[in-house]
Amino acid sequence: MSAAILSLDHATKAFGGLIAVNDLSFSLQDGELLGLIGPNGSGKTTVLNLISGALKPTSGSISLGGTEIAGQPAHKIARLGIARTFQLVRILPSLTAEQNVVAGGVFGHVRSWGVEAHDRARLLLERVGLSGRGDSPTSSMTYIDQKRLELARALAANPKVLLLDEWLAGLNPSELKIGIDLIRELRNDGISIIMVEHVMDAIRSLCDRCVVMSSGLKIADGDVHGVLADPEVIRAYLGDDHA
Amino acid sequence: MTWLNEKERRIAGFAAIAFGVVALLPLVDQGYYLSISVNIVMYVVLCTAWTLFSGPTHYISLATAAFFGIGTYTVALGIDTVPFPLLLVIAALASGLLACVVGIATLRLSGIYFVIFTLGLAELVRQVVTWLQTNFSSSLGLYVFTDFGEQHIYWMLLGLAAIVYITGWLINRSRLGFAMQIIGNDETVAKHVGIDTARAKVILFIISGAFIGIVGAILAPRFSYVQPPSAFNPMISFQVVIMALLGGTKRIWGPLLGVIPFTILFDQVTAYFPNHTSFVIGIAFMAIVYLLPQGVLGRLEDLVRLRKRFRMVSAEEGNNP
Repeated sequence: MSAAILSLDHATKAFGGLIAVNDLSFSLQDGELLGLIGPNGSGKTTVLNLISGALKPTSGSISLGGTEIAGQPAHKIARLGIARTFQLVRILPSLTAEQNVVAGGVFGHVRSWGVEAHDRARLLLERVGLSGRGDSPTSSMTYIDQKRLELARALAANPKVLLLDEWLAGLNPSELKIGIDLIRELRNDGISIIMVEHVMDAIRSLCDRCVVMSSGLKIADGDVHGVLADPEVIRAYLGDDHA
Repeated sequence: MTWLNEKERRIAGFAAIAFGVVALLPLVDQGYYLSISVNIVMYVVLCTAWTLFSGPTHYISLATAAFFGIGTYTVALGIDTVPFPLLLVIAALASGLLACVVGIATLRLSGIYFVIFTLGLAELVRQVVTWLQTNFSSSLGLYVFTDFGEQHIYWMLLGLAAIVYITGWLINRSRLGFAMQIIGNDETVAKHVGIDTARAKVILFIISGAFIGIVGAILAPRFSYVQPPSAFNPMISFQVVIMALLGGTKRIWGPLLGVIPFTILFDQVTAYFPNHTSFVIGIAFMAIVYLLPQGVLGRLEDLVRLRKRFRMVSAEEGNNP
């Protein structure tokens, strides 16, 4: 854990007069699990969209292992090894579960195809807890299973950096525990992860480090427990009275 | 991995026999049935080529007449100097090139804008050709004299149909086909798994446009006298859309199910109500959209699914007397 695999340098995104991400700089170390937190509307998802190429930054730079990716189209960034899940789960409804996972690995930097791709997809389905469900139509899946499927699709790309956008949101307590264990396993495998999350228990138990945003600005960056005790962070979440 | 599995081999065998039988038609009849069969095969190729692109992307292209007309004009201009097979290649290249330019310029447009643009394009090309002819040539039309009879055109179209089906089948099992399937499901996901969606769409639009151009080229000898209004007839664009949607665009053989009934119906309508063809087409279009949104193909698949369920239920009942 030394070199930064991903770094944002003064990244800014403005939608007309609204500055959603304001001069944001932070970096993700290789193998690190970084929590990106902040109140609603603070710009977290916009940051993930900038990194994954869904949006182009207005200014600033984003680099992946030394390669500048700011402003590149999403498919190029995906091919360089960044995979993501979406805040509102996006599965491919007309495909089977297995094909959904295969989709993640065919066009990325792995580019597996045919029997090999399907074998990998089955392994990944097993890994996220969907073994033997490869042929099931995705429309009949429960919410957590769809989330698992989306994660398996992201993993099929064998990403260097994985972006999880509120992957744990909407899960019930027992599902949440399964989800947290799954993310922990991924980290132990050495994948560098940025997770945007509102579930504080998950942040506390999983993250090495946290970046806190409020109204587009970074207001804290550091070890999780220190950051969550920071008066500035408490003020952002709960208002002045509690700081 | 074997090249063809058991089922695919059976389908290929069946298709080959079907093509063989259909190819014998000119030996039996050289009149009405051959003539309407030429129309049917022509629209089968046009609609299937159209579906190659519009099926997975859900982009409704009205540029069919533009590609078709370019093919026709390629032959009309070159028939006296260039051998016919070479003209077919040139027609494919020319319409493919137009598709490439149009694709790059417009496939970023979504939905309705794309439809309007392609409609305008066909009209624009027609006006340009008319302008060129009135300014740089003595006559408004071109004669196409060949030794081809109706049966030769029929056989060429059949051959082209076979090539279109094989191409479509090859695309479906390739990465490009899989990419199109993902794009059709969710374009955002497609981009984020590494698919260059614009490029994939342009490639497919080129393939589709090139085939339509070849159809126009093959049909040129049938016109004898080629003029812009007949070569760039916008009715072709609309009919292709109607027939393809009537058949169903989810599978490559879907349009076939729409072309055969519609061509026969349209033939009857033009014979008995020659002044009301547009009216009938309009009614047909609305009926399809309201009654068969997934086409004949969708209805067939519903039936198959119902039968399966019925069988499963009756099997269960058999097990629990």
